[in-house]
Amino acid sequence: MGHDQKYVDKKNYEVVGTRFNRPDGIDKVTGKARYGADASAPGQLVGRVLRSPHAHASILKINVGKAEKLPGVKAIITSADLPDLTGQDQGLADILENCMARGRALYDGHAVAAVAAVDEQTAAKALKLIDVKYKKLPHVTDVDAAMCESAPVIHDRIITRGVEPKPTKPSNIAARTQMGHGDVEAGFAEADVVIEKSYKTEQTHQGYIEPHACLASVNPDGTAELWVTTQGHFVFRNVCASLLGLDIAKLKVTSSEIGGGFGGKTHVWVEPVALALSRKANRPVKLVMGRDEVFRATGPTSSTSIDVKMGAKKDGTITAAVAEMRYQGGAFPGNWAMLGCMTAFACYDIKNNQSIGWDVVVNRPKVAAYRAPSAPMAAFAVESTIDELAKEVGIAPIDMRLKNVAREGTLAPYGPTYGPIGIEHTLKAVKDHPHMRAKLKKNQGRGVACGFWFNIGGQTCTDLNIGVDGTVNLTLGTVDVGGSRSSMAMIAAEELGIPYEQVRANIADTTSLGHNDMTEGSRGTFSSGMATVFAARDAIGVLKQRAAKMWGITEEHVIWENGQAIATGDSHGNLPPLSLKEIAAKSGRTGGPIAGHNEVVADGAGMGFASHICDVEVDPETGRSTIIRYTVVQDAGKAINPDYVEGQFQGGATQGIGWALNEEYIYGDDGRLQNPGFLDYRIPVCSDLPFIDTQILEVPNPLHPYGIRGVGETSIVPPLAAVGNAIANATGVRMSHAPMSPPRVLAAIDALEYAS
Amino acid sequence: MRYATPASAKEAAGMLSKERGAAFLLAGGTDLLVKLKMGMVEPDLVVDIKRIPKIDQIQTSAKGFVIGAAVSGSMIGQHKGLKAAWPGLVEAANLIGSDQIQGRATLVGNLCNASPAADSVPAMIAAGAKAIIVGPQKRRTVPVEKVVLGPGKTCLSKGEVIEAISLPKPEARTGDAYLRFIPRTEMDIAVVGVAISLKLERGVAKKAKVALGAVAPTAVVVPGAARALVGSKLDEAALEKLAAACSAACNPIDDKRGTVEYRTRVAGVLAKRAAKIAFQRAGGVL
Ligand SMILES: Cc1cc2nc3c(=O)[nH]c(=O)nc-3n(C[C@H](O)[C@H](O)[C@H](O)COP(=O)(O)OP(=O)(O)OC[C@H]3O[C@@H](n4cnc5c(N)ncnc54)[C@H](O)[C@@H]3O)c2cc1C
Repeated sequence: MGHDQKYVDKKNYEVVGTRFNRPDGIDKVTGKARYGADASAPGQLVGRVLRSPHAHASILKINVGKAEKLPGVKAIITSADLPDLTGQDQGLADILENCMARGRALYDGHAVAAVAAVDEQTAAKALKLIDVKYKKLPHVTDVDAAMCESAPVIHDRIITRGVEPKPTKPSNIAARTQMGHGDVEAGFAEADVVIEKSYKTEQTHQGYIEPHACLASVNPDGTAELWVTTQGHFVFRNVCASLLGLDIAKLKVTSSEIGGGFGGKTHVWVEPVALALSRKANRPVKLVMGRDEVFRATGPTSSTSIDVKMGAKKDGTITAAVAEMRYQGGAFPGNWAMLGCMTAFACYDIKNNQSIGWDVVVNRPKVAAYRAPSAPMAAFAVESTIDELAKEVGIAPIDMRLKNVAREGTLAPYGPTYGPIGIEHTLKAVKDHPHMRAKLKKNQGRGVACGFWFNIGGQTCTDLNIGVDGTVNLTLGTVDVGGSRSSMAMIAAEELGIPYEQVRANIADTTSLGHNDMTEGSRGTFSSGMATVFAARDAIGVLKQRAAKMWGITEEHVIWENGQAIATGDSHGNLPPLSLKEIAAKSGRTGGPIAGHNEVVADGAGMGFASHICDVEVDPETGRSTIIRYTVVQDAGKAINPDYVEGQFQGGATQGIGWALNEEYIYGDDGRLQNPGFLDYRIPVCSDLPFIDTQILEVPNPLHPYGIRGVGETSIVPPLAAVGNAIANATGVRMSHAPMSPPRVLAAIDALEYAS
Repeated sequence: MRYATPASAKEAAGMLSKERGAAFLLAGGTDLLVKLKMGMVEPDLVVDIKRIPKIDQIQTSAKGFVIGAAVSGSMIGQHKGLKAAWPGLVEAANLIGSDQIQGRATLVGNLCNASPAADSVPAMIAAGAKAIIVGPQKRRTVPVEKVVLGPGKTCLSKGEVIEAISLPKPEARTGDAYLRFIPRTEMDIAVVGVAISLKLERGVAKKAKVALGAVAPTAVVVPGAARALVGSKLDEAALEKLAAACSAACNPIDDKRGTVEYRTRVAGVLAKRAAKIAFQRAGGVL
């Protein structure tokens, strides 16, 4: 890493590490904030999508004649209006086909046609007038069933990758992945205890409150605008431009405020459809998904089926670990099982380990990222097995984990050798935490589990412009999902040496800044934070030049300290310092506006590790679990704004607990989703949870000027297993199927009683 | 879609009976508006009863209570007399939805929506509630357990409006309770609901009424369960019999909210718990 590393050791931050309210906070609580559905344009139409009621069907004919004649209908599109311009790019072709079915509906909710009309009622009426002739095809929604010989094959083009010799027949298995190191057979031979278990996890959705929404406007001259709720407007721009054949520079995408994404808004669903409708109608089109559409036709995370085998010596050393994991990616191939393999054993230093992943397609919506995608399911299986192993060996689960914990220098199962990482710190903090000593009552149990997420860096571009009054506009291209505008403003203030209030951070549209990757992979604060540091330093260089000019001295005699230029050296020492404000006020006469800029591929994202403690009470007669206490301990590298770091810890834990207890996609035998709404897709409500306690640890990431690691995702990884381990300790039953809903827990308790 | 605000229940009944298209009464709207927005109903006429004088009031008399059709859950929760008389019913009514829903949701709407899982219905049945029905021509009074005929179906004929729910004044040493099972703490639909009212004499159950929700197409009255309690001090044997009778009375479906097996089992569990609460409220000592 070529970056200046001096700040890693910086101990005395002025602004960073303190707590400020987010600049967007008041607008959000007063309802002023403008989300995806809050934009309108003159002459705008309402877009609506017609969706397949079948899990799998050939589309024989789409007759739009009647609908087109309905007064007020301005455009109807089908896949014919979205010609395939994707060339050899199968990934892009999949996105196109997912946005609008091409001859075949691949899941319940797959878009088949879309309408733009003058109002909501007309659009709804028009949808009913579109006559689609389907021929139902056999379907499969379960990941294990989809792998069977007898399963209906969803795509003839899919020949399993990663298998030797190459299969000759298509199947639903898109890819096999294998990784790990050492000799697992030898490892198991060394073990005194071996545990082998199979697990299942059901499909869950990110459950963001704001549905997908956009306002699209395409002009006959090939220019276009899109206002949209997204985690990455630059990526949306590139994808939409490719799918519609637009020039990248001519499509202006503006990201609205975002009402949650958690990965689900990294992917386009209705945006290309809205653009195509607008192109055909030659009017702006606003398209807002309903909640049922969000559930049926955006990207939840995989359902899985996982086998784990682990062996340990009597002293607790894990000698070998094997996992075989099957993840479905919905109707299109993904690399979700591969991510499961990469994360499964990442918290531990296991001499012999092997992970095998199977990426499978089924008749369900195309899977998208969900907060540390694929890691929570792998952790559920591995962390549950570790507790079973600890029980068998006779060691406390926390000590078993500490005994095998990964450290700096450990070879990670997915390849790299770790630098400084914080997993051991979190485990020690858990062990010392008062929560671990709190007394438990009847029917209560405590569980601990660990989690890992890579975090990523990527492309970022940032501008910093100083106004003549000395206030600073920080222009960012990474969408603010979790309060990053406040964190970035804090970093700029820290570098420049000015108060936080003097900096205003904004998210720019795609015409105002160079490309920025998505806000995903917990990269926002890491990468934009890095670019902000460098942009601010760039601006400081300019400020020093201008001060030198104002003084009439040479630049090398100027230093920047506490928000002001100071002349150094014997001959200039008596010059009074020039503040940022004073320099800015004179900028018109010293060379024009003062700005800093940075573009960077932010390498060196620090891995995120966490350990959670969960106390649960189980009603033995109904199987209902109540979380009574929960603690998150996670390494943040450096917490820029501790409020928002804690918020991420709590939010991830809450989502994980929801998944652990009740959230699941329920499919009927007909392959249709039974619960596409918040009534029966049960995310936790406020009263379901105790206050979630947090502890931030700071093991600096040496590859970031401030030591930052991403913090957004790791917190969803441990809860499934933490809850499962707590239930096991409360009831004596090991739950191997998540969510661990009351009927499943009661059935397990019954089975145990029956057995004994 | 037309919207009307009649000034009396009779006028409402007249509007409904004259309407040729699809007509719906609107009380709190927490069921109707949801269905409307989801496109499940397409009314030609919506008749809002909330402007009818006194329809949002609870009247107390020597005979008991008359709860107007537009009285909301939160008004029920704030009524001291009702709470002292039928605490189980008040709790059931207050379980519906959230604070926002409580500001609107009514007993009559809960009843007429005719969901098998309606929370207040088993509690109303156990308390001996009656529906006061006004038609274009005549009035009639029907016990609550006779109102719902099946999912989404009531005994009301075209033009009939429920004006109020009447509740008797509880006899001395009576207690009631309602418990429901939901996976979360609120904002869920009952997987099982159990309402029990008990009257004691010298510490022994003299009369009982047990009604279950969400385990059959309509709420079910379980005389066998009541018999299990009568004559007992809720000893373990009586409670076991109660649970068995409740489980046996279940005729549920397997769906996304619960399995047949689970619902049947939990009906018995909740019945035992509800019986104990009702018993103690009636002054019994366990
Ligand atoms: C978020 C949410 C949570 C909910 N939670 C619960 C819950 O926990 N438990 C539960 O049981 N229910 C629940 N419900 C359903 C609903 O709130 C209740 O059924 C409520 O009691 C309905 O009352 P209402 O006054 O709002 O009915 P409305 O929607 O006004 O009416 C319901 C039905 O009754 C008819 N009707 C209304 N008034 C009359 C009348 N005077 N005479 C004849 N027919 C009439 C209407 O035409 C309609 O068909 C919930 C609903 C929502 C939206």
